[in-house]
Amino acid sequence: MRRAGIVLLTCFVVCLFCSSGVWAKSKVIKIGINAPMTGDIPKVGEGTKYAAQMWLEDVNAAGGIKVGDKRFPVELVIEDNEAKAESAVKANTKMITNEEVLAIVGPQSSKQAVPAGDVANNWKTPMISPWSTNPDTTMDREYVFRGCFLDPFQGPVVANFITEEFGYAKAAVLYDVASDYPKGLAEFFKKAWEDLHGKGSVVAYESFTTKDADFSSQLTKIIRSGAEVLFAPQYYNEIALIVQQAHELGWKNPIVGSDSWGSAETVKLCGKECYGLFFSTHYAAAGATGATKDFIDRYNKKYGYIPDDVGALTWDSLRIVQKAIEDCGSLTGNIEKDRKCVRDALAKIKEFDGITGKMTFTEDGDPIKCAVIVRISDKGEYEFYKSVCP
Amino acid sequence: MVFFFQNLVNALQWGSFYALIALGYSMVYGILMLFNFAHGDIFMVGAYIGFGVATGLTMLAAAGTLAIPNWMILVLTIIISMFLTSFVGILVERVGYRPLRDAPRASAAITGLMIGIMLETGNLILLGAQRVRFPTLIDSATYNIGGVFVTNKKIMIVIVSIGLMIALHQFVQRTKYGMAMRAMAFDYVVIPLMGVPINLIAAMTFAIGSALAAAAGILFGVAYPVLDPYMGIVFGWKAFVAAILGGRGSILGATLAGFLLGFIEIFVAMIFPSTLRDLIAYSIILVILAVRPHGFFGEPYSAKLRL
Repeated sequence: MRRAGIVLLTCFVVCLFCSSGVWAKSKVIKIGINAPMTGDIPKVGEGTKYAAQMWLEDVNAAGGIKVGDKRFPVELVIEDNEAKAESAVKANTKMITNEEVLAIVGPQSSKQAVPAGDVANNWKTPMISPWSTNPDTTMDREYVFRGCFLDPFQGPVVANFITEEFGYAKAAVLYDVASDYPKGLAEFFKKAWEDLHGKGSVVAYESFTTKDADFSSQLTKIIRSGAEVLFAPQYYNEIALIVQQAHELGWKNPIVGSDSWGSAETVKLCGKECYGLFFSTHYAAAGATGATKDFIDRYNKKYGYIPDDVGALTWDSLRIVQKAIEDCGSLTGNIEKDRKCVRDALAKIKEFDGITGKMTFTEDGDPIKCAVIVRISDKGEYEFYKSVCP
Repeated sequence: MVFFFQNLVNALQWGSFYALIALGYSMVYGILMLFNFAHGDIFMVGAYIGFGVATGLTMLAAAGTLAIPNWMILVLTIIISMFLTSFVGILVERVGYRPLRDAPRASAAITGLMIGIMLETGNLILLGAQRVRFPTLIDSATYNIGGVFVTNKKIMIVIVSIGLMIALHQFVQRTKYGMAMRAMAFDYVVIPLMGVPINLIAAMTFAIGSALAAAAGILFGVAYPVLDPYMGIVFGWKAFVAAILGGRGSILGATLAGFLLGFIEIFVAMIFPSTLRDLIAYSIILVILAVRPHGFFGEPYSAKLRL
């Protein structure tokens, strides 16, 4: 009944568009931004907005997006999702039905991106979430894409990196069994490592529970197992303790982490113990080159701080949308058709050269892209070390 | 064998914390028949006070106003923080428990939980949810003794803990106030008739328990330098288990049970998959309690109990 209602409503709205020809008259491309401007993570919203404004400046300086032989001016519609799932759904619905946006960039966190993606897909509006790593965001949703890699991808990335960089064959994993992210990542890493080195090559697979502070018995076991490297996909508070205790128990080999290490808190809590360690993440500000460096410098000059991964991924997502619109060839003025056209162009994008790496979308709308390996330098900065591709 | 001894060393350190905190529970429980559920949070407050004192002293030392080496700072930090935290304990007793001394025991237990929450959230408001790093006061030195890695911190923690436990034992056994405490544990009603100021003794019990918790908090900060406002909750529960396991009001019992708990946790993780650690560890404790319901040194119900 509800579904029928939606279909009817869609038909009605479509008819409205057809009859009035709003699109044909306005000739402005509207891009929706669904971001947490207020709520728990306003910094994420701010990064999104700043990156989007920088992009808009570029586009309008060039006279708009060139589709076929015509240039269309661009307008941004920024909606606040308050870092809440229901507000993100509302924001998407509003942008799609009222504002008639051609495509949506956002929401950032999976918590909002998963439900909002459903709305975008039902309304057949292309949406790209720059930052959401949960597989459900794009799963079975033709119209939903993302700008970053997924959790299942980081496992193989780290496994490959360790194998190539150090040539080790025996690994240990220490993770929090009570937290979804570390638990998932530990499993993905184990699988990837065993694919590379055969069964039993993860010689120690140890866990603890959230709030534990003493890891000595797990670490003693890991050291005895003869592991050559330790993978710890943990958050900053645990990393400081794990690394220190491992060193105190005589562990001298590398400890490698995942994108959860990327917080500035890691180095603050861990201090010198963490210097020289590696982790995988989306992008590294220190030591960036080329277009990435240009972006960072411009952003820093304009807003007074180094952009984090959200800013960089938003920038890339917007440029992908721009590319898809350009690839479309021509805009008919029929929003339904144009959205479909943009979606098809998005799915066809190959080797897009973004500041967070080259991307090609899979059938699910997830990019195949390289991850960045960051080394914590001797000054405690996150330094670009190398990029690892799947 | 090396593996065994390494775990033994780990367990000694881990058990020290349980033992120090269990002592506070055990004393209050033994003497006032109260479950002071705020004790885990007093441990947290002690750690934060230690953090404040250590940071302050380090700054003074760095500015040159106070020409003392780092180990001196640590000693001063422990002494000053124990002193300050004992007042937190006295305050908790005065505000939370004295008005409820004749109330049903359950009400007093609830008070403990509430004070605990107040301390946690109070700290949250004061310092924010950000975790803080305890200043590094002694440089970690690792000794390799035939394959067993021991740090100077571990040695220090175990020695200081055992030293404090012996001091407490001496105090309770040999001083007048100690005797008053033991007497109060023996009979709550008759003692005032003998001229023992029960309010003073109750406050003193809380003060000593809190001071020990503060010492545990600082030593914890030295070994595991990440502090957060909720660090005392689970730790407090486990130390409470140790206190009950040791037997009501028994100092020796709480100490031994604290170490035993540390050993069980570490060795269970050594033998079984670490995911099953707490499940197996606390099943073992359940079995022990089933065999000895009054703990190691607790006595069966007698005239002493006022419940």
